[in-house]
This record gives sequence, structure tokens and C-alpha cells, in this order.
Amino acid sequence: MNKLKSSLTNMLVVLTVITIVAAGVLASVNAVTAPQIDKINAENLAAGIKAVMGSNDITVSDPLEVDPYTVYDVSDNQGTQLGKAVVTTENGFGGPLKVLVGFNTNGDILGYTVLEHQETPGLGAKAGEWFQKDGKGNIIGMNPGKNNFTVSKDGGEVDAITASTITSRAFLRAIHNAYTKVIAGGDVVSGATQQASAVDGESGATQQASAVDGESGATQQASAADMGTPEVIE
Amino acid sequence: MNNFKVLVNGIIKENPTFVLLLGMCPTLGTTSSAINGMSMGLATMCVLILSNLIIASIKKLIPDAVRIPSYIVVIASLVTVLQMVIKAYAPDIDKSLGLFIPLIVVNCIILGRAEAFAAKNGPVASIFDGIGIGLGFTIALTCLGAVRELLGTGAIFGVTLWGENYGMLMFVLAPGAFLALGYLIVLFNKITKKA
Repeated sequence: MNKLKSSLTNMLVVLTVITIVAAGVLASVNAVTAPQIDKINAENLAAGIKAVMGSNDITVSDPLEVDPYTVYDVSDNQGTQLGKAVVTTENGFGGPLKVLVGFNTNGDILGYTVLEHQETPGLGAKAGEWFQKDGKGNIIGMNPGKNNFTVSKDGGEVDAITASTITSRAFLRAIHNAYTKVIAGGDVVSGATQQASAVDGESGATQQASAVDGESGATQQASAADMGTPEVIE
Repeated sequence: MNNFKVLVNGIIKENPTFVLLLGMCPTLGTTSSAINGMSMGLATMCVLILSNLIIASIKKLIPDAVRIPSYIVVIASLVTVLQMVIKAYAPDIDKSLGLFIPLIVVNCIILGRAEAFAAKNGPVASIFDGIGIGLGFTIALTCLGAVRELLGTGAIFGVTLWGENYGMLMFVLAPGAFLALGYLIVLFNKITKKA
């Protein structure tokens, strides 16, 4: 068989057929893989929430979208409120830096995990381990409302990743913003949680304590805004 | 040329990285560690074998004037399929390579082999060409990744040889990639010219 001539009809027919076949193949592969991909993403998130809350026996609420954050209320199997897991995103060095961070009811950081990042391998990509409990820039147990939650270069309490100050700043900002908006913000979300958990009397005292934190949310936000300025200049 | 010669040709005489100098973007971008380089090489090899096979099989049906757009549609579809399969069944690879897989579409090695080999040879020979060129690419990327990982972080395939503190950070970054690639090309030419 000779090669088809480059006549207009031939070209049109061949290109159309090729694109239709390609579209069909892509559609069918997508139909097979899409549920699997969703399942993996859901599993990753569930495992991530368990890791950042430091407990395996937890009940996770349905996600609550507080634009741009996704908030999961987490309680143990007896129904006691443990805290919140928040998905927060900030612009890192190479692109969006998506972090899942767990707070207890006082707003202390229980744990974190980096869900998605495009940081430089060998440098900013270390964020996944660097800020963990056994890492050099341990943030576990800190409270972004009480601790000076910036890198030491900016006068804060956290050691930045060596040679990756921009990633470190973005990482801390992501968590700080999540704290200000979701945990200390005293907005509708945390209000509802406090009502719900006020039902069990035991944790009442803690709740009140954190409610006081909530009131100072305004101050928090204001100071976050102040801190924003020098970073922009740099 | 018999199939074995085609295979060896891809690894040595027409090594895509060290001799043809094709596909430099993924070469420099993904080789910050040996394992990343190797995975990128293997993923590219998969696409290359399949695209060579498909294009060699349908080449007579494609009029010359529209061959490039046809090849690109075939290659892009293959890469997208590969990306979806990796996301669904190998999430760990997806984590380290996710960003680079779409880049395989614009890797000129693949279009280059489609144009230079698959469009002129039969499907079987084209498969061997895909394996050869793919292996050549994989070996080159693994070597480059290993050199950069060793000099940059003091580890190789994730196994620490000396402490990270003694690593030269530059080799993990772009300038180190160019330097290491340059010296590897010199070394490769030195060895193959003698033989």
C-alpha cells in the first residue's frame, strides 16, 4: 500500500479520525482511573489527618470550606473535641505550597504534613521533615498566636531551612494564616464548634480558655497584617 | 541493520543525551537525584516504545503534510494515559515525578525518533529503537542524577555515604546540572571514541 496523498480530504479525514480515536482512548482510561485517583486522594487525606492529629482513633467531620481553607473538625471516638485539621495553601518558591496542619483546641500545633509542593528538591522540598518534632526547625507544640511564628532571620522562633528562607517563610505564613482565620478568628465555624463541644462539661474549662484566645483574634489579625509589610519589601 | 544493532545504536552511538543532545529540559530538570533521573528515563522509555510502535504501524495512513500534528496527538495521548495510570496505581512515583510527566509530550527525543526512525522503519525495528534510545536516556539520566546527588547531598540512591553537610549545594541546583552534564559528555566521548 502506498502512502496516502496529502490531498485536502485525506488530511481532514486522517486528522479527524486520529483525534477521535485519541479522545475515545483518553475518555475510557479516565473512566477507569478517575475513581481510583479519588480514592487515593481521600486515603492520603485521611492518613494525613490522623498523622497531624497524632491519633489513630478519631472521627473526622465533613469538610467545611472557609475560603481558601478546608477545615475538618476532629474528635476522638468518645466524641471529645480534639481540635481541627486545616488544609492551607500559600505561594512557595516554585508554586503553591499546600499544607495540612492539625491544631488542638488551644490552637497548639499537633502536627503537619505537606500535601503538595513544587519546591526545589534538596532545598525547599525538605519542608516535609524539617519542621517536624525531630527536625531542626521543630514547630510541633508551638502556638502561632503565642509564639513568634516567623523564621529567626525575621526575629522569630523558628529556624528556617538552610538556603530556603522563601519556602520557610511561605510555610510558616500558610500555618499562621490558617491559625488566624480558622482557629483564632472567632468566626462562625469555631463558634459552632464551641457550642457543640460545650455540651460535654469536662472540656468546658479548656473551651472557655480557648474562647478567650478567640477574642484576641482581632489583635492577631492586626499583627499579621503588620508583619506582612516587611516581607513584601524583602 | 538488525534489531540488536538498533538497540545498541540507541544506547551508545546515538545516545540521546550524550551524543544527540536531545531532551535537555527533562535531563537537567529531573536529575537532582539518581532515583528521580531513573524514573524519568523509564517513563520516557515507556512512551517512546509505544509511540514508535503506533507511529510505525500507522505511518502509511498519515499524509506527509499532516504527519507532525498526527504524531503529536498520538504522543500527547500516550503521555496523558501514562499520567492517569501512574496517578491511579503508583502514587509514590506520581509524588516525585508528577510535575515532569506532562513534559514528556514536548521531549524532542520522542518526536525526533518518530520522525527519524519510526516513520521509515517497521513496527518491530521501531520497538527496538524505542528500547535502545529509552535505555540510553535512562542510563544517562541515572548517571547524571547519581553524580549530582553524590556531590550535592553526599548520598546515592538515598543511601548516605558522607554527611549532607559536606555536600556542594550547587550540584542540586541548575548550575551543577550543567556542569555535571558537561563533564559526563566529555567522559562519554572519551570512552566511546577509544573503543
